[in-house]
Amino acid sequence: MTEATLTAALSDHAPTANRWRFVHVVRRNYLVWRKLIGSALVGHLADPLIWLVGLGFGLGSLLPSIGGLSYMAFLGSGMLCYSVMNSASFEGLWSAFTRLKMQRTWEAILQAPMTVADVVIGEWVWAASKAMLSGIAILLVMALLGLVESFAALWVLPVLLLVGLAFGGLALIVTALAKSYDVFTYYFSLLLMPMMLISGVFFPAEQLPKIVHYIAQIFPLVHATQLTRGLVVGTPLDNIPLHTFVLVIYAVASVVVAIWLVERRLAK
Amino acid sequence: MLSVSNLNKRYGDLDVVKNLSFDVPSGQCFGLLGPNGAGKTTTLRCCLGHTKPDSGTIRLAGLPVPERAREARMRVGVVPQFDTLDPDFTVTENLIVYGRYFGLSKRECLARVPKLLDFAGLTDKANARIEELSGGMKRRLTLARAMINDPAVLFLDEPTTGLDPQARHLVWDRLKMLLNEGRTIVLTTHFMDEAQRLCDRVAIIDHGTLITEDAPRALIEREIEPVVVEVYGEGVEEWFNEHAHAHSSRAELAGDTAFCYCRDPEPLMKTLESKPELRALRRAANLEDVFLKLTGRDLRD
Ligand SMILES: Nc1ncnc2c1ncn2[C@@H]1O[C@H](COP(=O)(O)OP(=O)(O)O)[C@@H](O)[C@H]1O
Ligand SMILES: [Mg+2]
Repeated sequence: MTEATLTAALSDHAPTANRWRFVHVVRRNYLVWRKLIGSALVGHLADPLIWLVGLGFGLGSLLPSIGGLSYMAFLGSGMLCYSVMNSASFEGLWSAFTRLKMQRTWEAILQAPMTVADVVIGEWVWAASKAMLSGIAILLVMALLGLVESFAALWVLPVLLLVGLAFGGLALIVTALAKSYDVFTYYFSLLLMPMMLISGVFFPAEQLPKIVHYIAQIFPLVHATQLTRGLVVGTPLDNIPLHTFVLVIYAVASVVVAIWLVERRLAK
Repeated sequence: MLSVSNLNKRYGDLDVVKNLSFDVPSGQCFGLLGPNGAGKTTTLRCCLGHTKPDSGTIRLAGLPVPERAREARMRVGVVPQFDTLDPDFTVTENLIVYGRYFGLSKRECLARVPKLLDFAGLTDKANARIEELSGGMKRRLTLARAMINDPAVLFLDEPTTGLDPQARHLVWDRLKMLLNEGRTIVLTTHFMDEAQRLCDRVAIIDHGTLITEDAPRALIEREIEPVVVEVYGEGVEEWFNEHAHAHSSRAELAGDTAFCYCRDPEPLMKTLESKPELRALRRAANLEDVFLKLTGRDLRD
């Protein structure tokens, strides 16, 4: 092979090489996850089961049905989103930051013919994929408890992926700006927790003052809950394009900003 | 293989690299020498396309950097200054996972692993966890990892800092093997014996500026007198003031030791005969003497 053809073969313009490089990063994280699969699966399955059964039976017996829905069904569909959000955020914050700063994993990857965009997109896709596993686990638990209406509920999977991408991307922005782990606790307690409370995860958001209800619409979680609840337990679904649009915007915009911020951080 | 011209890089209002130019022909070992903070790591980062210079042009493996740095890195192996091995994987897994970043298939990586483990002297540690490895083993594994893509050129940032003498000699031995295979090496170091042993050419930089560049032997011959006499002991200062300058071309007192650089040390040694309380060490000048002459003896942090 001559120098020129070699160069051409390796070039950024070779589309296959270019577009799929992020898969190497996803695979790396997956291989680590696989080593800890026992504890990972227990966490994915046991956690929601305990919450759902505990809160569902405990509170559910005290509460009337919500719009014709048992509290358990209401809670389960809310927790689907909530746990995907949690899992994607955790992965994009603590785990990604460990790889960025403590283990210098990203630095090592960037010594190879990989770009910052490859790394960040890989982390983003990984965070969302792992988060989807939490979602799928809850969906299974719900199905076992007889809370899922029909197989049409499987349409919720792409929605959960979007939720994971949206919150994974936001988390990566925070990670790109973080100096230490401390800031992640603030992000969780000052942003994600209040968002959770006003987005109809554990109780209907309609009970809240109108203004709070409107504020909630700015954030992705309320749109995620609406879609999920409609798809899984059959509450009326309107504004599907709007909800989807908001999630897509959050997902795409956040990863673009995260790539830019990490590039800025590492190019210093 | 690598050519850098008029490279400039500022951080804030600090000029970290100033108008730096050098060329590394294929198959040579080139050493960037300089005290801490001289700008060695920053220069390497520019060469690999990890940070954008403020001005200057770089070509690596025939490609312009940073524009096509990613493609250039296809043919490059890097041993960074700080350990970046993946603690979540074993020794073998580290090599395989890293090979995937170069687009190698798992099978291709697996085929290369035994040779690389052998090269690094880690065959019996193939399935060890990273935390079980000593500092020297980690460095060798990092070197093996940098070889997974069979690179034409290797960048090594202080490859032996923090290693004990045995481990350093082993690393040097491996680097010589790589040079014998015709690969190009660019390394930074502040160990002059390392540079003298390995490098065909060295560039001494300080405060981001190139001070001088040549083959180590030529530098020693050109920049400094051939013999050094080190004198220390009770009353060295008095002796220094009386005799040192008279009998050597250059002399300096650093702490409690006098360093006298001369062509003919005999007259100087004579003045020491009547001073049994002073101890003297007479040796050939080396690259370290050149380095200290050019960058001074002040501490850097
Ligand atoms: N990202 C950065 N931001 C600001 N200053 C930096 C940065 N990287 C290096 N420097 C400064 O540039 C100088 C040269 O650093 P470096 O290239 O690491 O030196 P060396 O590798 O020779 O020890 C030092 O004064 C260091 O503090
Ligand atoms: Mg350095």
